[in-house]
Amino acid sequence: MTEPSAPLLQLRALSVDYARAGRELRAVNAVDLDLHAGECLGIVGESGSGKTQLLLALLGLNGAPARISGSIRYHGTELVDASAAQLGSIRGRRIALVSQDPMSALNPYLRIATQLTEGARRQLRLGRRAAWARAAELLALVQIDAPAERMRCYPHELSGGMRQRVTIAMALMSGPEVLLLDEPTTALDVTVQAQVLAVLRTVRERTGVATLMVTHDLGALAAMAGRVAVMYAGRLVELAGAQQLYGMPRHPYTAGLLRSLPRLDRPLPTRLPAIGGQPPDLADLPAGCAFSPRCPLAFGACAAPPALRPLSPGHLLACHYEGAPAAVAAAWR
Amino acid sequence: MGAFLLRRLATAIPTLLLIATLAFMLLHLTPGGPFDSDKVLVPQIQHAIEARYHLDEPLWRQYLRYLGELAHGDFGPSFQYRNTSVNELIAQGLPVDAAIGGVAMLIAILCGGGAGLVAATRPGGWRDRLPMGMAMLGISIPVFVTAPLLILVFAMRLHWLPSGDWVAGSWRHLLLPALALALPHTAYIARIVRAAAIEALAQPYIRTAIAKGLPTHVIVLRHALRPTLVPLVSFLGPALAGVLTGSIVVEQVFGLPGIGRLFVTGALNRDYTVVTGITVLYGALIIGFNLLVDLCYAWLDPRVRARA
Repeated sequence: MTEPSAPLLQLRALSVDYARAGRELRAVNAVDLDLHAGECLGIVGESGSGKTQLLLALLGLNGAPARISGSIRYHGTELVDASAAQLGSIRGRRIALVSQDPMSALNPYLRIATQLTEGARRQLRLGRRAAWARAAELLALVQIDAPAERMRCYPHELSGGMRQRVTIAMALMSGPEVLLLDEPTTALDVTVQAQVLAVLRTVRERTGVATLMVTHDLGALAAMAGRVAVMYAGRLVELAGAQQLYGMPRHPYTAGLLRSLPRLDRPLPTRLPAIGGQPPDLADLPAGCAFSPRCPLAFGACAAPPALRPLSPGHLLACHYEGAPAAVAAAWR
Repeated sequence: MGAFLLRRLATAIPTLLLIATLAFMLLHLTPGGPFDSDKVLVPQIQHAIEARYHLDEPLWRQYLRYLGELAHGDFGPSFQYRNTSVNELIAQGLPVDAAIGGVAMLIAILCGGGAGLVAATRPGGWRDRLPMGMAMLGISIPVFVTAPLLILVFAMRLHWLPSGDWVAGSWRHLLLPALALALPHTAYIARIVRAAAIEALAQPYIRTAIAKGLPTHVIVLRHALRPTLVPLVSFLGPALAGVLTGSIVVEQVFGLPGIGRLFVTGALNRDYTVVTGITVLYGALIIGFNLLVDLCYAWLDPRVRARA
């Protein structure tokens, strides 16, 4: 994979901390990550792995109790501790967000047209008509029939899949360079999921928008992402090109996640295998590798936290295991 | 919408009938009558008075007579104020209460609503604690304390405003009683609006709005205001009916000729028609304002509109 020299987004040692009921917990733990122009980078992990918190940190949306530290650079501009005015000029205009639940992400009191156009009218200084025209165009792009009619609707008058496509169109209104997708298909029916994924692929083809997609669904990512980052307990544990990652995962956790996916090219097991145990309590992490208590390959060295190290160009891994790559996948059988 | 209105009006009539019946019966069950007094009247005079007000008739006949009058919008003659109908008494008293109550609620909505919104944008900060502390005071200090205090400061010490009495059309006479009546309502509204706004601002669609890069005032006014107004509106309906029919304490302290006092003296004097009349009026106002509240819901929330 050829990568242009300057990434659009550059995350360095990014951490998100919360103090809840007197307990400190680190939702995102010193993550380094680059997003390049036009690429689609997937982030996978279980609930509580910090993937959504990482996404929200990019726009400063974590909420008041969260403390963000480290560095997020967008075209070299620092976004951590940026002023409200600075963030306001980035949000929606440069970096846009699509939320997980389209039921609650749209304001039930306002017409679709108002919600679609309000950002662009302000940020692109579009007139009413121009904003309407752009909204109708984008609704057509996300395959919504009769856009003009739909725009007069309120959110409750649309189906779940339609609402999610509206939020995708809404995110594109101001022509952002980066699209953040927070579990865009999780809250949807399976058939609708496929439809929304198809729309997202079309959107990326047409607009070339760089995409950061957070999900726990490796299957959904396979069709979208060029590179995939795997998060566990707030840390990045593996990062690789999608083919590499799906074909030969090197982190036991990645291998476990992949094994729990149903495969079309293999006989279906009577029961889908799962990774045993629970995700760790972020306020009380194991001393060494956070995954070691659930890891079939854990050994003595795992008592110390593993550093993220390059395996080959474009492939990063945070695991002490240095045996044969095939043994990682085999360990789960 | 038209069918909805018709249905609501149709249910209002039996409700009012029930209110009128209960008020009528309870009053006539109360010991004593409008013309009982320590002075013993000559029996003939007593009979003449009772005959004039039909008190000599059996109760069911009096009841039917009263309902008949009520159906024509006539609350009957007052038993206490000679040659004056209850309609006339209400027509004299209601504008006083309506003016004071209206101004009081306007003050309460503007001040309470503003304070609640400001408090909700930074919960826990001084802009939250200060107005909420004052609201707590406003709720816990009764009007019979605040009203004399207002008189003491603004009338006796500063001589800015008159201490009481009613001069129709004079805003100076209206201001202090309106302020006294506004205080507890301001406090209630501030608390209601704060709670509702905090809930509204925690909605995921607010995060969507922030992610769009909208400025705070647009987020609050366009995205959070409508859901905030819903609980406020449901409070305002009965509250408005309450202030419009007068506050006995405020009327008493400032010496105002409102219907609150009319109601109390009417009850003490067994002025049957005055008490029943004001009760029915209050019931009608409650029904009317609740209808208005429901219309406001529909106006505010498109999902309610869809169901209606």
